[in-house]
Amino acid sequence: MAVPRFWREIPNRYNLVGARCGNCNKILFPPRSICPSCRRMGKLEPYRLKRQGKVLSYTVAHVAAEGFEDQVPYVLAIIELEDGPRLTAQITDCNPDEVKIGDEVEMVFRRMGEESQDGVIYYGFKGRLIKP
Amino acid sequence: MRDVAVIGVGLTKFGELWDVSFREMMMEAGARAIENAGIDGKQIGAMYVGNMSSGQFIRQEHISSIVAEHAGLLPIPSTRVEGACASGGLALRQAVIDVGSGLHDIVVAAGIEKMTDVLTGVATGALATAADQEWEVFVGATFPGLYALMARRHMYEFGTTEEQMAAVAVKNHHNACFNTCAQYQMEITVDDVMKSPPVTLPLKLLDCSPITDGAACVILASAEKARKLTNTPILVAGTGQASDTISLHSRSSLTSLQATIEAARKAYKMAGVKPDDIDLAEVHDCFTIAEIMAIEDLEFCKKGEGGKVTEQGETAIGGRIPVNTSGGLKGKGHPVGATGIAQVVEIVQQLRGEAGKRQVDGAEIGLAHNVGGSGGTAVVHVLRRGD
Ligand SMILES: [Zn+2]
Repeated sequence: MAVPRFWREIPNRYNLVGARCGNCNKILFPPRSICPSCRRMGKLEPYRLKRQGKVLSYTVAHVAAEGFEDQVPYVLAIIELEDGPRLTAQITDCNPDEVKIGDEVEMVFRRMGEESQDGVIYYGFKGRLIKP
Repeated sequence: MRDVAVIGVGLTKFGELWDVSFREMMMEAGARAIENAGIDGKQIGAMYVGNMSSGQFIRQEHISSIVAEHAGLLPIPSTRVEGACASGGLALRQAVIDVGSGLHDIVVAAGIEKMTDVLTGVATGALATAADQEWEVFVGATFPGLYALMARRHMYEFGTTEEQMAAVAVKNHHNACFNTCAQYQMEITVDDVMKSPPVTLPLKLLDCSPITDGAACVILASAEKARKLTNTPILVAGTGQASDTISLHSRSSLTSLQATIEAARKAYKMAGVKPDDIDLAEVHDCFTIAEIMAIEDLEFCKKGEGGKVTEQGETAIGGRIPVNTSGGLKGKGHPVGATGIAQVVEIVQQLRGEAGKRQVDGAEIGLAHNVGGSGGTAVVHVLRRGD
């Protein structure tokens, strides 16, 4: 990914910042320029999401996406955050066999990958199981 | 809109066609379709070509010009249409709208993808560009991964099993054995699927459609003209298209494609038919779970029962509603831009009674269902005998 393309998204990727519409109160993540419900009447402001959520679905990847080859097997999940929005993220610090639908997770800041040996290092969020 | 009919169809062999170029493939399918229609190239008014990613697969954009030039059809308008794996279905729809509007009487709808000139990893990466690069692919998602997320949730909500998903692959491979254009003409068993290498669990290698080269072409004419040119015009009775979010996670359901539901609703309404009226369907089985979800979303069975009805043989040739008689994307192969057109080629051959050992007896109304990405685009066509 080109450096500016990654850099532009840093505030959202590093802080889990989405958008809240002042008109309909809907919370959106990833952020966007127009509220899909209110369109031109919407008033979007940055909104920092709570980091708790739960697993809606998951898969154990044995064949990696480009750039993730050294991480297999890894767990990829759709997580519904407490604030409502859903996102796709890896589940980290776990045994791939222990993840279940409905598991509570917290989003944690992690290294995601790197451009090349001396290129940019990407960071972002992964989910970590909250163990009772 | 005036009535539109298919008057000719053509297909290349699907597979890893290392000895055939993009240009040769397109010309082969096109020439077969024109010959099948019994028309002269001079009668063609315009063409629409479905293609997902020639830029990534063969580093060539602007294929609309190449295709018109090599077909000897200059200077007719030629337009490339892109909607990921739904590119072919969208090209057909544009061609239908063109003829239906009265702008041209005879129009070509084609589809093509040359995928094996790059390594498999590069091809998979190219396909992944149909998902959200910023928020899905960036965190490690692939297409098998996204469909696996749907599969896992479908298993959780409805009790669908991995064996039921495997039954889709077994059926489609069986059907492909009777299709000489298919990539895989070999039977597989549920056990083969279950024991195939893990890709993105619960999906395994034999739950996934392959990387394929192929081209397909159909010739459309106004129904009025079609009746003068052929005794077996196949009417495009309904067309429907819908869009949804590019990211799977942004959708309210992980076990239905809302774009399919919406596109089908429009196509059924336009054709004046109900799901019960459909005699056979080609649906977008890029992964086995996708066929299960498709037959539910198209209302061939109740939501959640797609796996069960497949296992019980209701979607087999000879069953209540035969699905993917061609072998589907799984058995016939999935040259992404060509798929939506190839589906219609199969429906037309079936409705004409030309499908040989795959023939569904007495088929009068067929449906083609083509999906882009993980469901950001869907297009549905209903075809019926016009004689
Ligand atoms: Zn709003």
